[in-house]
Amino acid sequence: MSALLEVAGLHVRFGEVAAVRGASLVVARGETHCLVGESGCGKSVTALAVMGLLARGARRAAERLAFAGQDLRDLSDRAMSRLRGDRMAMIFQEPMTSLNPSYTIGSQMTEVLRRHRPGATRAQAVDRAVELLGRVGITAPGMRLGQYPHQLSGGLRQRVMIAMALMCEPELLIADEPTTALDVTVQAQILRLLAGLQRDLGLAILLITHDLGIVARVAHRVSVMYAGEVVESAPTAALFAAPRHPYTRGLLSCVPVPGKVRRDQPLGSIPGVVPRIPPGFAGCAFRDRCAHARAECSGDVPRRAAGPEHEFLCTLAPDWARAEPVAA
Amino acid sequence: MSGAAAPPAIEVRDLRRVFRVRQGLFAPPREVVAVDGVSFRVPAGSVLGVVGESGCGKSTLARLILGLLPPSAGEVLVEGRRLAEMDRRARARLIQPVFQDPFASLNPRRRVRDIVAMPLVAQGDMPRAEIERRVAEVLERVGLSREQGDRFPAQLSGGQRQRVAIARALVLRPRVVVCDEPTSALDVSVQAQILNLLAELRRDLGLTYLFISHNLAVVEHVATEVAVMYLGRIVERAEAEALFAAPRHPYTRALLASVLTPEPGLGVPDVGLGDVMPDPANIPPGCRFHPRCPLAFARCPAEAPVPVATAAGIVECHLENTAAARAAA
Repeated sequence: MSALLEVAGLHVRFGEVAAVRGASLVVARGETHCLVGESGCGKSVTALAVMGLLARGARRAAERLAFAGQDLRDLSDRAMSRLRGDRMAMIFQEPMTSLNPSYTIGSQMTEVLRRHRPGATRAQAVDRAVELLGRVGITAPGMRLGQYPHQLSGGLRQRVMIAMALMCEPELLIADEPTTALDVTVQAQILRLLAGLQRDLGLAILLITHDLGIVARVAHRVSVMYAGEVVESAPTAALFAAPRHPYTRGLLSCVPVPGKVRRDQPLGSIPGVVPRIPPGFAGCAFRDRCAHARAECSGDVPRRAAGPEHEFLCTLAPDWARAEPVAA
Repeated sequence: MSGAAAPPAIEVRDLRRVFRVRQGLFAPPREVVAVDGVSFRVPAGSVLGVVGESGCGKSTLARLILGLLPPSAGEVLVEGRRLAEMDRRARARLIQPVFQDPFASLNPRRRVRDIVAMPLVAQGDMPRAEIERRVAEVLERVGLSREQGDRFPAQLSGGQRQRVAIARALVLRPRVVVCDEPTSALDVSVQAQILNLLAELRRDLGLTYLFISHNLAVVEHVATEVAVMYLGRIVERAEAEALFAAPRHPYTRALLASVLTPEPGLGVPDVGLGDVMPDPANIPPGCRFHPRCPLAFARCPAEAPVPVATAAGIVECHLENTAAARAAA
């Protein structure tokens, strides 16, 4: 498995808020890597930092930020915008905010190809758009090209966004909560579509979600973010079988699972809220909410190995959790 | 009252709501039937979960039961009293809402304490000292501190704001609370806190909930009975455990199949509903689910199914009729 996207020691600051604090992750070619966490944990900012789409005023620094071996840190805005939509593409939660309401689906889709492939003719671009709309399961694709975004349902719009992201055959697709605004039935269809595209096109997907159910079902690898840090990273099966970070364990105990969680029992919950971290904060950001917090948690927190490719950021020993199964 | 059985907390009789919508400046208005012949009873102290996709009419149903929308036909009774015959104040003492987005439903310019006091003030006959006492009591009950009572909504987290909304709903000591997607805007860890709080309040105060959610795992956890809505009708209603253990309607089965539990290795299921999306402005003839139903047969587009009683509730499906006929023969 070769690395396609490599991020190490990524920091993003917005004024006095440290949104991402030393996050590292690697997305291998052809795999789905899920970045999971609650709102405000820095998962979307991490994706935007990779794409070079941070708001003005944000400060980005990284030890390594590379796509297909190419360093992205010193790339000019022009070079970056050539890459975006071409070799790496991104889709968002609400397709209506990324689609232009006053242009047809067809003109928005063909624009992507003609922008990145100046040699492509209009006819070629239209052919490609029809082919991809068919590929993402849209019926009568020729007719859809003439329609405007508001004429489509939420599920169809997300399919159009996916098709548009695929126009230039990207190697990496970053999907930020792509199914959060959709009904569960449509969500299942879109996730199946993404999995199929990945299999057929060898696409690497960085999927950002807050939903542990999605993570379990589609990810090959998982990174759990909390307060701007990746606090645990593991192959999916290992993470769910033996979660090590107290935050990961807390999150898993919060999710009601039909047939598994006793209905008359309260759900597990994590007290308090996600804190805002000022620059220069030291120690574990989770310690105020953690049942295992100790004095050493306010000092340097080690990154520990818990198994093959399984790491967690905590002062607890790698085998601490063996004695304590996850509360259901 | 003595001797007679207590009336159900909520009773809905053949409720129907039609909206007229214009499709364009010169186009004739079309009728959208959001709720179409819905009847059920919710016994006091229980939780009726209502599930369905967006556009199925579940939020319209909530607004009809709250009296925020007049029905086109049918009636709503709360604790045996007709909602239509009550004035706003009497209604507010009986039934209260908790909505999805507390930020949209809390006045940003008022302090938490004043927001929670508003329903008491609106009753118009309560002394100031009594209002303050009741507000302090309810804030403590939902887990907010005295100091948080002095803040503005923008100074609170999403979970705390939802606690404010719950405090405001409970300050009049209602019998019924309608929760419309109460945790959908919250993070999972906060969602768990709010669900636990709602469960505790129901137990301690003897409340009845109508609990609307698109999240079936959440509904399974909180509901005693579940109603599945599709394009304005309840297509299946059953005691919660039975519904989740043995769903009967093909739509219920598809909904349950699409729940992604955190169990790795199972992949994403094919729910088999096809690409047709339900459109409440264009309800199909016969069984309204037939264009998406993997089990549809000749009778489905031709004839609307009637509700059939099952051991745990009702199902509205022709397969159920044939199954029942086969069993009787």
